[in-house]
Amino acid sequence: MASHDAAPKLYAAQEPVFPKRVSGRFRNLKWAILIVTLGIYYITPWIRWDRGSALPDQAVLVDMANRRFFFFWIEIWPHEFYFVAGLLIMAGLGLFLFTSALGRVWCGYACPQTVWTDLFFTVERWIEGDRNARLRLWKQKWDFHKWRLRVTKWIVWLLIAVATGGAWVFYFADAPTLLREIVTGQAPFVAYVTIAILTATTFIFGGFLREQVCIYMCPWPRIQAAMMDEHTITVAYRDWRGEPRGKGKRRRAIAEAAIASSRLAGPTITGQEPGSTTKAEPEAQALGDCIDCNACVNVCPVGIDIRDGQQMECITCALCIDACDDIMEKIGAERGLIDYVALTDEANERAGKSKVPVWRHILRPRTLIYTALWSLIGIGLVVALFMRTEIDITVAPVRNPQFVTLSDGSIRNTYDVRIRNMGSEDATFHVSLVSDNVLQVALEGTPNLTVDVPADETLLQRVYVIARPGSEAAAAERTDFRFWVEELGDNLRAHQDTTFFGQGEPQ
Amino acid sequence: MTDQTNRSDLQEGDPETTGHSWDGIKEFNNPLPRWWLWCFYLTIIWGVAYTVMYPAWPMISGATPGVLGYSTRAEVAEDIDRFEALNADLRTELTDVELAEVTRDEMPELYNYAIQSGASSFATWCSQCHGRGAAGVQASGYPNLLDDDWLWGGTVEEINATIAHGIRNEDDPDARWSEMTAFEGILSDEEIAQVVNYVLTISGQDGDAALAAEGETVYLDNCSACHGENAMGDRVLGAPNLTDAIWLYGGSPEAIEETVRHSRFGVMPAWSGRLSEAEVRATAIYVHSLGGGE
Repeated sequence: MASHDAAPKLYAAQEPVFPKRVSGRFRNLKWAILIVTLGIYYITPWIRWDRGSALPDQAVLVDMANRRFFFFWIEIWPHEFYFVAGLLIMAGLGLFLFTSALGRVWCGYACPQTVWTDLFFTVERWIEGDRNARLRLWKQKWDFHKWRLRVTKWIVWLLIAVATGGAWVFYFADAPTLLREIVTGQAPFVAYVTIAILTATTFIFGGFLREQVCIYMCPWPRIQAAMMDEHTITVAYRDWRGEPRGKGKRRRAIAEAAIASSRLAGPTITGQEPGSTTKAEPEAQALGDCIDCNACVNVCPVGIDIRDGQQMECITCALCIDACDDIMEKIGAERGLIDYVALTDEANERAGKSKVPVWRHILRPRTLIYTALWSLIGIGLVVALFMRTEIDITVAPVRNPQFVTLSDGSIRNTYDVRIRNMGSEDATFHVSLVSDNVLQVALEGTPNLTVDVPADETLLQRVYVIARPGSEAAAAERTDFRFWVEELGDNLRAHQDTTFFGQGEPQ
Repeated sequence: MTDQTNRSDLQEGDPETTGHSWDGIKEFNNPLPRWWLWCFYLTIIWGVAYTVMYPAWPMISGATPGVLGYSTRAEVAEDIDRFEALNADLRTELTDVELAEVTRDEMPELYNYAIQSGASSFATWCSQCHGRGAAGVQASGYPNLLDDDWLWGGTVEEINATIAHGIRNEDDPDARWSEMTAFEGILSDEEIAQVVNYVLTISGQDGDAALAAEGETVYLDNCSACHGENAMGDRVLGAPNLTDAIWLYGGSPEAIEETVRHSRFGVMPAWSGRLSEAEVRATAIYVHSLGGGE
């Protein structure tokens, strides 16, 4: 990233990054997460779920027109939006928890930018070859060969981008119907716009901006430092073991010298602890395990050198660990020159103390508090989910005017009562009220106290509450009472407390 | 890693610093990516193009129109036309149908349209006198439309006739008309005091019993022709019921005396000329639904 110009310019061209293919346990983990997350994203809208004749049979559906959110057996109404808010808070706390325990694992493995960029890298590697081939191609003139490879790559990227934008709109309508409409050109305009925007962002962000999104556009790298502390396990280079680095002739020469001297003394330079070598071999003692092969730099998708220390750009994807472990095995050294370690590990390892177990790093007050908060909200949401009924009322008192005097001197208040039938069948509701005073209830437009509400709908019913002339409620300034709405048959009940306004002082 | 964070000296290859330093941490003068700069230039071009294309710069009379000829006002007019066209069938139906048949149970779609349309007409044309909540203004004699008392009748057809033609307005021959006699000069002060106390008594308020007893004769001689022998009023004449708890101009002794001496003459304009028939009918349905509909 660093500019090497003597006089730095204010604006710099993007330095292209050509990550080399790597294999290992973290690469495998990344593959698994990539397949699972993309699988969930692309397949979810196609899962069917029987919702009767009026609704699309879709398991996960955001129905904007009717303001409903369907998630398998759960149906969220607009007034239950706190479920979504709760899930967002849990997502935020979850991010804090994982960052404080394991650094930027979200960035490294699960962030959509990482996942799609990874997918685009894979495509690039298939078509243009691995790092060296791509570097050559980059420097090459724009001849037919280069154009052919580039255009092929862009087309495949574009296909992935279209599929990405396309999958998103399926969450908002019946997927098979919408697909047919999209293909035949009959889909709503907003569907095409959405697909176009998401295709463009996926193509540009995943294909061209890549690590620039993480470094310049995403706020999380700047915030993460506040989430991490010295116990956070993060990708780091054991410089106390690797430095000073050396390679090629220098290392060979030193190694030979060491072998020669070891015939006299004993320890080898690959015996790791710099202090363990004897003073008889100043040169051998001076070299660490790092052979400066740049494998860690070459595989890095954000183009940094992890040996410079923990830095903002690092997304802790751990591909450098895989690359370095591979090299360490080849040179016969211990793995873990680059590794997931905590800052406190360094001091321990330098002092030759035994390693702090991973669980001691992870289980600390900070992560426990995050976990507790996270669980509390989760439990709260689950409890709320099971406690909610299929019917609900909202009472809005009409306060203009507060009350009306009738011919016989009765005092009448008016309420706009919204009755929600969240069940899947039409239902009849009985309206009643409970109060210490004798208040009477009447419904506008119907002589009896029942109303029909169709399945999955809300009915706005004007309700009158009347206090007889001379009664306590008619004279009092305010009287509290409770509205009850009862579904006939199923005996589901819902209530809301409200207030009756009387004359107060004599007029 | 601590090696890096603690290092105070610059390394080879590092960019220059800005000269800023906090707690020994120096700020590198790292350049921005060039594409970001281009995005910045693009936004400037976008901004200029936008002000050329769309209405933007305020001038002395109005703003620059923009070369695309875009106007939010025209868009609103278009939207209104579109909805008018969508509702055309409902409006035609509303003018043809028997008003009493428009109920939520029997014609839900038309009823809903009438309530929404009527509420909007009411807010625009009626609320100035009758109030936003339709509770009227007693001091000025604007009737409360929410209660169960009607001077001229509370069925939806009668309400419709009142809205269409108005009350005591001279411009419409079909307007409802009646006029109370001003009794000052016809009745003596004593007789007026007697009849006021009589009216107070029959409406359940406190009045002087002796005066009220005398007042009954005064009432039967002068008032019963319109208000009825039992004082229950007459809707044909718009004569109010004097025995109930509702008073158009107030039920205090002073207000009643004022009415007897000088009479009242409430006027309401006819709306049939100003609103379409469908709008008048929708307003009638809306008013009928406010709680007093008969």
